[in-house]
Amino acid sequence: MQAFLDIFDIYLLEAVINGILLGGVLALLALGLNLIFGVIDVTWICYAELVMIGMYAMYFMVQYYGVSYFVAAPLTILLVAILGALLHYLVIAPLLTAPPINQLLATGGVLFVLQSFATVAFGIDFRNLGIRLPVLAFGDMNFSYARLLSFLAALVGMVAVYLFMTRTFTGTAIRAISQDRQIMALMGVDTKRIYLITSALGGALAGLAACLLVLQYDVHPFVGLSFGPITFLICVLGGLGNFIGGFIAAFVFAEIISLGGLFSDLEWGYVLAFAFFIVMMFIRPAGLFARRA
Amino acid sequence: MNSRIIAWAIGLAALIALPFLYRDPYHLHLLVLILIWSFAYTSWSIMGRFNLVSLGHGGFMGVGAYVTALLWNHLGVSPWIGIPISMVMAGLLAVVVAYPCFRFRITGHYFVLVTLALSGIVLQVITATRDWTGGSLGYTPNRARSGQGFWALQFDDKITWYLIALGIWVVGLIIWRAVDRSMARYAMEAISEDEDAAAAAGVNVTAEKLKITLISALMTALAGAIYCQYQMFISPDTVSGIGVSLQMVFAVIVGGLYVLLGPTVGAVITILLAETLRIGFGTKAVGWDNLVYGVLLVLFIIFLPKGILGSIAERLKFRKA
Repeated sequence: MQAFLDIFDIYLLEAVINGILLGGVLALLALGLNLIFGVIDVTWICYAELVMIGMYAMYFMVQYYGVSYFVAAPLTILLVAILGALLHYLVIAPLLTAPPINQLLATGGVLFVLQSFATVAFGIDFRNLGIRLPVLAFGDMNFSYARLLSFLAALVGMVAVYLFMTRTFTGTAIRAISQDRQIMALMGVDTKRIYLITSALGGALAGLAACLLVLQYDVHPFVGLSFGPITFLICVLGGLGNFIGGFIAAFVFAEIISLGGLFSDLEWGYVLAFAFFIVMMFIRPAGLFARRA
Repeated sequence: MNSRIIAWAIGLAALIALPFLYRDPYHLHLLVLILIWSFAYTSWSIMGRFNLVSLGHGGFMGVGAYVTALLWNHLGVSPWIGIPISMVMAGLLAVVVAYPCFRFRITGHYFVLVTLALSGIVLQVITATRDWTGGSLGYTPNRARSGQGFWALQFDDKITWYLIALGIWVVGLIIWRAVDRSMARYAMEAISEDEDAAAAAGVNVTAEKLKITLISALMTALAGAIYCQYQMFISPDTVSGIGVSLQMVFAVIVGGLYVLLGPTVGAVITILLAETLRIGFGTKAVGWDNLVYGVLLVLFIIFLPKGILGSIAERLKFRKA
């Protein structure tokens, strides 16, 4: 009996730690989505699909053209950042005065476009980078280096965004706009430029997430669907536009998925997370950390 | 007004007579698909027109289709009983998700994202329970023994299906019109303008929204079940998930969100588009139809947000005025 408990505990601990590691990447995704929402007041339904395009970019650069991973990663981040800016310029900007739902649905159209573009261009095969990182054994627990690396890189990315937002003029302007959209234009801030920069930044975060996810998961045109919905849940639970709420919610969800996956299939982890989300909506409808009005 | 009723009667009579005069099975098949999807799109638009944008309808459709098929295959429950059960299940799901949303004023972006997650989760459940549902490989209802087709709601005959689909489509339009003419419509319009003001004016915001959502979800589940019975094959991607939800939004917006026949026009356009591309490109078409959908959806939302039929109706109104 004692032996059984020991094993059980170790698996549990392993799942908890894996959950934290997964949470890093989810927090990164939530941060990007929150940034866009907080500043431009638009939800990019197609956010996870931008990540998917980034994963393909990594795959092709590393597998086909033999570019080293560490050269390909910045290029991918740049590419997805440009995609983000383009998305804003072509789709969101003409709709800024339209009802918010229209903006959201238009990005839904972009989701279709990106998914089917990937299907047409790359086919529906699962592809992976073929980089096999060693497994780190710690005591009786095993962790993949890929996850550890992603977690650390995601943290670095988030710290970088934090510094950008607090230490630079542009970052300050972005934060100011998220507080009051109308006034900032009167204060002499070029809102159009700030929107474009924010979109590129959101894209860059998606690109970074792509570089990290491609280490752990296979790429296929519908890969966005496996973490897109969960990212939306995280953002809503944390409060849309609330960076800290999103950060914490990401870890809460990652733990639920990871622990749920321990007892059953990974899909059930997702279902559990959704059930948890519904319950939380009854308790804290405006998000985990909503200030009481 | 009278001339309008006559026009409807003639149109309906022509639609009923059509399969007896024109029997090309492929074209009939297309018509059946158009009618079933028109019904699904109409049920989406019943709530979509009041700014209640749901991306969870893929989930309701999936519940309708899978519950009906699972009950038939595993328990031998006839779809005649299974379909109502599946509709009740979808309705329960709708209430469980929508009640907290409405009760706690989760609107706009939040509502869309929550419902989006709902359809994603239904997809995950279908995939996760692959031992029963066949997972992403899809699922086929068992063939009924000969002579029991009616009991199993399985017909080999395209004309029967055409008439069933036509009947359901007409019911959908009638429900749309009933909602359009009811007090609920005014209540919902007030709510979509300003919830607090509507509540202050004595509208029970939560109850009204829940009512509309429930109607819409029940109809969508029925559409899923009928689709399953007709096609005799369902897969998570064709009846549930975000793709299906977005397809509904796309069709309705292209056709026209605020007019009775808008969703139908949307269904005609999307299905003909998909079929043309499929025939034109053959197997290479995989993905192309969605690519075109996506681009059109973006273009329509930017340039023609009222949809084709809605814009035409507006033009006509201008000319009259």
